[in-house]
Amino acid sequence: MMLHLFLLLAAALLAVGLFGALSQQSIVMVMMGLELMVAGVIVAAAAFWYFLAPSAPDGQVLLLVVLSAMTVEMAAGFAVVILLFRTSDADMTDMAAELRG
Amino acid sequence: MSAAGIAVFAALAVIAVAAGIAVFVVDSMARATFALALSFVAVGGELVLLTLAYLGVVTILMMVMEMAIMVIFMVMFMMNPAGLMPMSMLHNKRGALAISVGTFALLAAGALAVPWPARHGAVPAPAQTTRAAGEAIMGGQMPVMVGISAVLFATIVSALVLAVPHGRYDHAARDARSLHDRGLHDNARHGGTHHDGTLHDGGDRR
Amino acid sequence: MTAVQVAAGWSVVAAALMVIGAAVAAGALDAAVDPRSRTVSLSARLLRPVWETSRLLLAQRRATTAADGLLATAGSVLPLLIALAMVAVVPLGDRVVAAPTVGLVWFNAMDVVLWVAWWLAGWGPNSVHPLVGGYRFLAQALAYELPLMFALTAPAVAAGSLSVTDIVTAQKQLWFVAQMPIAAAVFIGAVGAFSLWGPFAHPAGTDIAGGVLAEQPGPARLLVRLGQYALLVVGSAMAVALFFGGGAGPVLAPWAWTVIKTAVILAALVWLRHRIPVWRPEKLMRAAWLVVLPVTLLQLLAVSILAAAGAAA
Repeated sequence: MMLHLFLLLAAALLAVGLFGALSQQSIVMVMMGLELMVAGVIVAAAAFWYFLAPSAPDGQVLLLVVLSAMTVEMAAGFAVVILLFRTSDADMTDMAAELRG
Repeated sequence: MSAAGIAVFAALAVIAVAAGIAVFVVDSMARATFALALSFVAVGGELVLLTLAYLGVVTILMMVMEMAIMVIFMVMFMMNPAGLMPMSMLHNKRGALAISVGTFALLAAGALAVPWPARHGAVPAPAQTTRAAGEAIMGGQMPVMVGISAVLFATIVSALVLAVPHGRYDHAARDARSLHDRGLHDNARHGGTHHDGTLHDGGDRR
Repeated sequence: MTAVQVAAGWSVVAAALMVIGAAVAAGALDAAVDPRSRTVSLSARLLRPVWETSRLLLAQRRATTAADGLLATAGSVLPLLIALAMVAVVPLGDRVVAAPTVGLVWFNAMDVVLWVAWWLAGWGPNSVHPLVGGYRFLAQALAYELPLMFALTAPAVAAGSLSVTDIVTAQKQLWFVAQMPIAAAVFIGAVGAFSLWGPFAHPAGTDIAGGVLAEQPGPARLLVRLGQYALLVVGSAMAVALFFGGGAGPVLAPWAWTVIKTAVILAALVWLRHRIPVWRPEKLMRAAWLVVLPVTLLQLLAVSILAAAGAAA
């Protein structure tokens, strides 16, 4: 039953993050939505580790990988946002729709 | 799990989701960023509840630091950082809402309907989870750690190269450019424009 | 000295009161050594915390336009709350309020929450000078945080545990400051840095009218100043636990030794405030990333080699 509750929490966080990532106009707000989605994944991974296979440390290694992936994504994402703004003066997703330029 | 554990879980879960929703509802960008920080603190608390003490506290640490840096970017890029002129910055709001509610329904149905297997192994104490994670990542899962460190290093270098104005060239190019712009460069023999738009020629340096 | 044990429930209140009392004492010492108040008599200088407290509590309330009240209040209250959250894992002799298995990481997480606190103190009042101070602090924080984290890792590696109580117990033979002096120096420097103290006071500098301290109304300013001194106190106590053997010492009780050692480090930090000029963040960042960080990493390497050799023996 607790596993179900944790998974519901993870699903809720992922859904809220998905709403943000899909609906926000500003690029940095889309990134905040992505962060929430990864938070949902973290809760789900931890819950699966605890309730299904707590003696194996592989679940924790997966959590570390997910945390590092989120950090890397944020760092690279902000660098790209700055570069986008410098080259084409775009800070909204609608302005950055063309790959050209 | 005990009744106190369930109560703590429920409180942290409500905080996490409510703060997550607040991120996209509040007008002030600073408040949105720190609402996300609060959501992550609640997620870290959930991890501590699952005996993952080290990972929970490290999540709190990393995410609060990241939010403190992200708030600079939010204030930089957002039109309305203090929320003094409320405006709605959404596109396709109903579509996004439909998709996200549908996704939540799908995932919740899956979480409740799938017959999860029984627990395999005993739950370790918080002291042992940290030690087990450390031994795993330095022992059997060391390729993961080596891979992560390579990726992190590559990210540092690539993010700096992308974000710094002079790119991967050193300061000499930047300093030369700024000297030229101020007209102080010794070898400026060609024409250009003053800052107010009038032309000037390099003049003869006899 | 016996192993460190968790104290009773009321120790939370006792620890909080001790931190606040020590912070007031640090304020008095700071006033006593302040060269700007040379003309005032010593007794008047030592009572300056009392005068300042009454002045700030009775000061006229002021507010800026369109200030973000929630965030400004959070910025004012957080430094003191963070200091109190930090002290929960710092042992006093052979008693500690809480002994989680990851106490060291908890201390590190709390000093990261300070990033948020000082930035909020800068953003909340909707005024230029605090805003500049808040941004200066984040630039400075990027410089000191990584050396601080590696300096915190060194005693954990030497003791083989992330728990502060285990680190104190592992110093029975030799204090860690003999084994890792660079880590101790970096840690004490970082304590000054996150308290906006001495050479690291540029975010609260006089050239921006006090920076993050500029627009704080009376009681809020009192809380922030108290928070600064409290952070120094808790940082010194943690340095004692991590590097100077905790409560170890020949004759006196363990708690007395902790108090004495903390007082020595705290007095040194307070005295150095007026001796070293303020460091600008870009110079600090250059020094921190090019010199301090590699040296701290080498220190950590040396400690790891010693620990591995000790474990193999």
